[in-house]
Amino acid sequence: MQIYLPIAEVSVNAFLLLGLGGLVGILSGMFGVGGGFLMTPLLFFIGIPPAVAVATEANQIVASSFSGVLAHLRRKTVDLKMGTVLLVGGLAGAALGVQLFAALREMGQVDLLVKLCYVVFLGIIGGLMFFESLKAIRRAKGAQTAPARKKHGLVHALPLKMKFRTSGLYISVIPPLIVGVFVGILAAIMGVGGGFIMVPAMIYLLGMPTKVVVGTSLFQIIFVTGFTTLMHATTNYTVDMALAVLLLVGGVVGAQIGTRIGARLQAEQLRILLSIMVLAVCFKLALDLLIMPSELYSIGTGGGH
Amino acid sequence: MIRALILLLALCLPSVAQAQKVVADLSQRNVEITANFDGSDILIYGAIKGGPEDADFGPLDVIIAIKGPNDAVTVRKKSRRFGIWVNTDAVKVARAPSFYAVASTGPLDEVLSTQEDIRFQVSMERAIYAVGDAEHDAEGTRAFTDALIRLRSKNNLYQQLDGSIRLFDQALFSTTIDLPANLVEGVYPMRIFLTRDGQVVSRLATFIDVRKVGLERWIYDLAHEKPLIYGILSLIIAISAGWLASAVFRYIRF
Repeated sequence: MQIYLPIAEVSVNAFLLLGLGGLVGILSGMFGVGGGFLMTPLLFFIGIPPAVAVATEANQIVASSFSGVLAHLRRKTVDLKMGTVLLVGGLAGAALGVQLFAALREMGQVDLLVKLCYVVFLGIIGGLMFFESLKAIRRAKGAQTAPARKKHGLVHALPLKMKFRTSGLYISVIPPLIVGVFVGILAAIMGVGGGFIMVPAMIYLLGMPTKVVVGTSLFQIIFVTGFTTLMHATTNYTVDMALAVLLLVGGVVGAQIGTRIGARLQAEQLRILLSIMVLAVCFKLALDLLIMPSELYSIGTGGGH
Repeated sequence: MIRALILLLALCLPSVAQAQKVVADLSQRNVEITANFDGSDILIYGAIKGGPEDADFGPLDVIIAIKGPNDAVTVRKKSRRFGIWVNTDAVKVARAPSFYAVASTGPLDEVLSTQEDIRFQVSMERAIYAVGDAEHDAEGTRAFTDALIRLRSKNNLYQQLDGSIRLFDQALFSTTIDLPANLVEGVYPMRIFLTRDGQVVSRLATFIDVRKVGLERWIYDLAHEKPLIYGILSLIIAISAGWLASAVFRYIRF
């Protein structure tokens, strides 16, 4: 069934979009990522103009992460306090990132820089996570002596300590704020929600339990993408309501299913699956950069460079 | 005296004095884009009125050009830099039609001379207007506009339909132009040229009105006229859909 999208001004298959939304929703509910990194290239591929794809997807992510957060709230796996701290940092970071992006664009070569950073970054995160989870799984299978180690590193030495009850942490607010700012910057530059950078950062840098991480990540994604949607709607008029509705019907259902799948998995299994996904995205991006494209030219809108 | 002169002139230049005229009509002048819009076929038919039937004159040809609203685009080119493929070069195209179809009775470069093409800007290359800049000469810019034509032709947005017009007995003609589903709203000017030996003998201009109607119209207008309300409405839809899914799943206890 073909549907003409009023803002994107293209005709697309409605069932394809429903399926796409559902798939991304499942990942979202399972791993606490927005899914923009997957949705953007898919929407480009079916012919949605890039500006509309990015803006509309933000709207779709609001829906699927809200659906996911409600499911996590019932399981009490959302650290609202930590989420708020990360969000404050994230918004500051996003504002900074927008400025940085404009400055980079002035210098040219922003495309090259962003893509290289992305690949390197995803490669490191995905690789580290993969080996860590693999080790954790082996350890669990081998001796049952899983040592309950409490590290007292830099995170514990900083001032402004705060109790994060749901995560079972008593740490300074400075590291979560810094993580938030950093992810916010990256999100603004790369045009993604930053979920799959946020999730590993919460697990490894802040030491939060994997189960709590997913819901908390979704919680802060709602606000970031909600804000993005409003910004795009009022400045660029690029949010396509018809496209968003088609995507989010699949997305909200997918998020519920994803949450249930996630709840049945062990923390190590969840981490290893996430790392495989991150590595797959990294690998795909790297291939795009290394293999000669079949079409060298592309059309962008607007007169700007 | 003057009358005699005019008569003489008329005898010398029959093609001017007894100019043939082209008349035409379309199967539809208004294309309405609804939610399930899936493209539209436009039938264009017409006749050639008057003029000599002499064998001395070359055969007549008909050219029909339909153009969508212009916009500015940037065409980018990838090349290898430090071993990886990135966009390294770009040309701004100041004016490129969002849709362009040119149909003719024969190969366009045969039925229309280069001078006439320059004058009326009929061929696809001339409908696109790109300004050269410091880094690109005419030749360099050409590669980018060619790429633009190639990419949009793939999506059926640019169509060169040589030989698609049927001309009966040098008097009646008809053709069908397929407007694709990914049309942009606006006025689509249509021009019909009657040519002989590459020279334009007669021409006719009309237009097709493409517009969104119903829900499409409402969403588009709201998005542009009340963007804040539109944005908030989008968020409300998203939040309520998220809540609804959660409530339904709790109810069915999946």
